[in-house]
Amino acid sequence: MPFPLPHAFATLPAEQLAPLARHYAAAMASRRRHVYIGLAVIAVCIALSSWMGEVKPAVFLTNAGRLGNYFYDITPTLTFANFAADLGEWFWNLDHWLKLLWDTILIAYLGTLFGGLGAFCLCFLASANLVRSPWIRMGVRRFLEFCRTVPEIVFALLFVVAFGLGPMPGVLALSIHTMGALGKLFAEVVENIDMKPVDGATASGADWVQTVRFAVLPQVLSNFASYGLLRFEENVREAAIMGFVGAGGIGQDLVEAVRKFYYSDVSAILLLIIGTVVIIDLVTERVRHALLGTERRS
Amino acid sequence: MMVIEGLTCRFGEKVAVSDVNLEIGQGAFIGVIGRSGAGKSTLLRMINRLQPSSGGAIRYDGVDVTALKGRDLRLWRAQAAMIFQQFNLVGRLDVLTNVLMGRLSTMPRWRALSKIWSEEDKAVALTALDQFDIAQLAAQRADSLSGGQQQRVAIARALVQEPGLILADEPIASLDPRNTKVVMDALQRINKHFGITVLCNLHSLDLARTYCDRLIGMAAGRVVFDGAPEALTEGVARELYGLEAGEVMDMHGAAEPEFEPALMPGAAAV
Repeated sequence: MPFPLPHAFATLPAEQLAPLARHYAAAMASRRRHVYIGLAVIAVCIALSSWMGEVKPAVFLTNAGRLGNYFYDITPTLTFANFAADLGEWFWNLDHWLKLLWDTILIAYLGTLFGGLGAFCLCFLASANLVRSPWIRMGVRRFLEFCRTVPEIVFALLFVVAFGLGPMPGVLALSIHTMGALGKLFAEVVENIDMKPVDGATASGADWVQTVRFAVLPQVLSNFASYGLLRFEENVREAAIMGFVGAGGIGQDLVEAVRKFYYSDVSAILLLIIGTVVIIDLVTERVRHALLGTERRS
Repeated sequence: MMVIEGLTCRFGEKVAVSDVNLEIGQGAFIGVIGRSGAGKSTLLRMINRLQPSSGGAIRYDGVDVTALKGRDLRLWRAQAAMIFQQFNLVGRLDVLTNVLMGRLSTMPRWRALSKIWSEEDKAVALTALDQFDIAQLAAQRADSLSGGQQQRVAIARALVQEPGLILADEPIASLDPRNTKVVMDALQRINKHFGITVLCNLHSLDLARTYCDRLIGMAAGRVVFDGAPEALTEGVARELYGLEAGEVMDMHGAAEPEFEPALMPGAAAV
């Protein structure tokens, strides 16, 4: 040790220490009991759900080999001698697919934008630290819950029936779901803010909207941006399946290829979707870091 | 014995601490005084190595502290214990766990992560809390304590590090007068009782005079005064604090209002 201690630290005599240690141990024991009870409840829930859900590890193990079969079927034939031509044949419909992918990204973009705007407007009303009336808060919270618990695909089907085929039902369905999901996350961010600036603004006579604008918004904006961008990534994936019900985008061709057993088309489209999601991931990550960077500089 | 030579810290263009040279003997109680932004905090944080220095050297008993890395650096940090203005406890953890964090640098990692503290560490932590009459609070959450109690927990955490040096960065700036006395007395006691060197940033010259046996005055990152408290004349204080000297030194008794009440807008209408 490079620094010799200048003194020895003498502890209290045992008879003085014992009651203090006992008091602490007793308090810790009751806390530990709560942890054990919690763990027991989780274990019981796992046992119950695997019994009710008929989880059978044996079935999974004996059939695990078949998992690879479909992937084997959709693998295209690529030969080394004729690689370029084989590749061209695999991605024979590239122009069309890229156009559909672009549609998919636009659906995700608009869905995130509109949903984000709705979530932004509603999240402050759903926050317990800003809204005293439980009726408003409960109402907004239940509405957001409804928006996010109905699956997007169900909304999309509904809108396809009402407005016809095309990307518009997809955008609407994604917007509603995004509003519900982001609204909850935004409200939680707002509930975690430091209330001192809020007191400061209220005490100097600001009304509710002004308080939100000047005391709350500066604290939450960076988190809102992070969650919004994360949602955009998720929405690109969601938008890819909107086409399953005719609500626009690449999903239309994907589901067709799956149903008609155009095996190599399935793999080509899946690869394109994966590639797009990776690119979006990389881009949003950079945007996020850039936003955080400007925050730190200012 | 700690020797500081030409210690400098730059933040971009701004020089926070500039060419500080000091010799500090073991067991001294030193007050560092000066206006906000004079570089007092940066100096203390550099000594702990919490803030990297841009130039110069710190030597403690012949060891070059500025060159330490890895485990040696962590042991040095434990050796030069910090106390903060805002206490810097973990509010969600109980008091004893907060104090035991002072033992982390010498504890095997499995012990720390499983929170299976050794009986000896627990005894040391409870003894440290008992020194400041708060051992009965050991099981409470740190954020349920008052400011004065929290700062005493922080001092207990510093004490169980078995440090040679305590760096207190404005330890009483968030406390009321009664707790100020309790905390300053606690620092004085560990200084006298254990012979631990204390370097304490202070705003109040009165407190600095009462508790310290040497004062270091800083202005614009430089040391402009170094001597016994008695040597700190009104002239030196004015240089340190500018126009505030009179208020800071509390020369005129109660502070006088700067404006006549009649000059307040709207007052004439009453």
